[in-house]
Amino acid sequence: MSDTKRAAMATQTAMIVGATSDIGRALARAYAAEGQSIVLCARRPETVERDAEDLRLRHGTTVSVVGLDLLDTPAHARVLDALPVLPDTVVMVAGLLGEQPRAAAEIVHAAEIMRSNYEAPALFLGEVANRMERRGSGTIIGISSVAGDRGRATNYVYGSAKAGFTAFLSGLRNRLARQGVHVLTVKPGFVATRMTEGMDLPKALTAQPEEVAAAVVKAAARQRDAIYVRRVWWPIMTVIRLIPEQIFKRMKL
Amino acid sequence: MKIAGWGRFPVAELPCRALRDLEAGRAALQALPGLIARGNGRSYGDAAIGAGGVLSTLPADRILAFDADNGSVTCEAGLLLADLLDVLVPRGWFVPVTPGTKFVTLGGMMAADVHGKNHHGAGSFGDHVLQMTLLMADGSLRRCSPAEEGALFAATRGGMGLTGVILDLTLRLIPIETSAIRQETRRAPDLGAALAALEETRGATYAVAWIDCQARGRNFGRSLIYVGEHATRAEAPHAALAVPQRRSRRIPLDFPAVALNRWSIAAFNELYWRSGRPGTTLVDYDSYFYPLDAVLEWNRIYGRRGFVQYQCVLPYAAGEGGMAALLRRIVQSRRGSFLAVLKLFGPGAAKAPLSFPMEGWTLALDFPADADSFNLLLALDAIVTDHGGRLYLAKDARMGAGMLRAGYPQLDAFRATRAAADPGRKFRSLLSQRLDL
Repeated sequence: MSDTKRAAMATQTAMIVGATSDIGRALARAYAAEGQSIVLCARRPETVERDAEDLRLRHGTTVSVVGLDLLDTPAHARVLDALPVLPDTVVMVAGLLGEQPRAAAEIVHAAEIMRSNYEAPALFLGEVANRMERRGSGTIIGISSVAGDRGRATNYVYGSAKAGFTAFLSGLRNRLARQGVHVLTVKPGFVATRMTEGMDLPKALTAQPEEVAAAVVKAAARQRDAIYVRRVWWPIMTVIRLIPEQIFKRMKL
Repeated sequence: MKIAGWGRFPVAELPCRALRDLEAGRAALQALPGLIARGNGRSYGDAAIGAGGVLSTLPADRILAFDADNGSVTCEAGLLLADLLDVLVPRGWFVPVTPGTKFVTLGGMMAADVHGKNHHGAGSFGDHVLQMTLLMADGSLRRCSPAEEGALFAATRGGMGLTGVILDLTLRLIPIETSAIRQETRRAPDLGAALAALEETRGATYAVAWIDCQARGRNFGRSLIYVGEHATRAEAPHAALAVPQRRSRRIPLDFPAVALNRWSIAAFNELYWRSGRPGTTLVDYDSYFYPLDAVLEWNRIYGRRGFVQYQCVLPYAAGEGGMAALLRRIVQSRRGSFLAVLKLFGPGAAKAPLSFPMEGWTLALDFPADADSFNLLLALDAIVTDHGGRLYLAKDARMGAGMLRAGYPQLDAFRATRAAADPGRKFRSLLSQRLDL
């Protein structure tokens, strides 16, 4: 990166919501490497203090840590208003995979998955959007999922919440397109993270967190609207979406 | 998941956990009896293949503290040397000991007590570690240093992960003025000249010889000697403290078994010998220390069957006679590889029972993992043991427990420390079982 570009980036701030996740950590590093100031947002802020210090030592950038339980939706506005400056970029990485069989049996678990992947992230980004709209600039990035492209027996509670989140992001993008605020939807596909540890994932379809972070930073710089991290997911999900329901309902996917 | 070392031999199907945080590490201890910590998987054989599972340290890769006044850094064990250098070099610091690849973790460097091209002057990696934190078999944390819990520290250094999981360590650094290395290339026409050249360059910071393991007759043991010094600002004003651009290629497929044969290797060695022009040049540190890192997944040139690396050390007293006996056997077999490296070691770490280096000559080379190689290696084992030498555990995949006992006289001290640290044998690898550690 040229020094002038780095200098320009150095005045920018990126906020990572869900900073303890593997993708969140990788994103924080990618933005810090550009020289951006970083705000790490996590439910238990003490768990990201080590990451904050690591970012400072590696990249010499300013890093602050903010505690937020995303499910505590009334706190959203308070946390945003307490920031010294509204970030230029806000990335929503937080989410909860949960367990589908348990979600089918226990309403509390299903509600937790729905709230963690749709309600809370969407409401938070809604608050961010209003503030960015007022300022007339900003980038909002939502990490959604291919699981939201079509409901499947194996993960439809999670998938339906991600579908809602994807639709919310697309609506936000539509609303803010002429207000100087850009919205990017990211569907990473399989990623080798804590969430998927122990699953037997196909290598060709599975991205590393660093790969997701690099793709996100690049797509945001190019003002892309929605991306799959690995291109191979586009034909796969297109086919999955096109299968007629009569057939799809009998399939095991 | 399928787990193998860098030599891709042997391979095991094992459950794998990741050290994302302390709780995850403790949970793995409970869930996977017989596990072993694993960094970036660059040990060649079965050292990082657990008996019952592996605990990947790669997510624990944070830099925790950097002391620019005294020159030390504290980092988590899963940090890659490559990433650490990216941070250190622009600030004018370098690691005091580096192996021949930078795609190793700091924890792995300590567990294998790695050495570099400067062992004759700087010792091995563990000589520069000020302290570390271990996750013990019972889930507790223990800090150790040469002064505090000295026996545990010494056994962990080179202990191949069998005393506990290294969580973080503090490393002393060396200052550099530029990121360049002043490299001097010398030609040694035969083995005697090669050993003499390494003796002569004892005063240099770095020295290593590439030795032609196929050359016969008057060319027997011919070598190229690479001597290196960190270049000063006056010598390399343009290099400054720049981190070299990554330029790498990837081996895209497993080579078929016929690709490496004595003719292709002989041709390579001849070309390599001729290309080594005597003289002094400035090179970046990647080219000097990590030439093979430019070829990602170079282990695939040995194909699917994998390969074994053989690294031995013969005591100084064994001298040219011992090295000549080894080399003669290798040349005779016509299986000499093109990656043979010869170095002179300084005194070893007297207190560290499983640390590999000892004062003397070390030779490292690879062989395809097949029956002919294993027969040859048995013959080499006998020569090494006869001369009072030993093999490097980080490279080994096949020696027997008897050879280990003969080569590592402090084995019982290691066993005692391990028994105290891990009485229930929670930490076990295929290597520890094979060698009855």
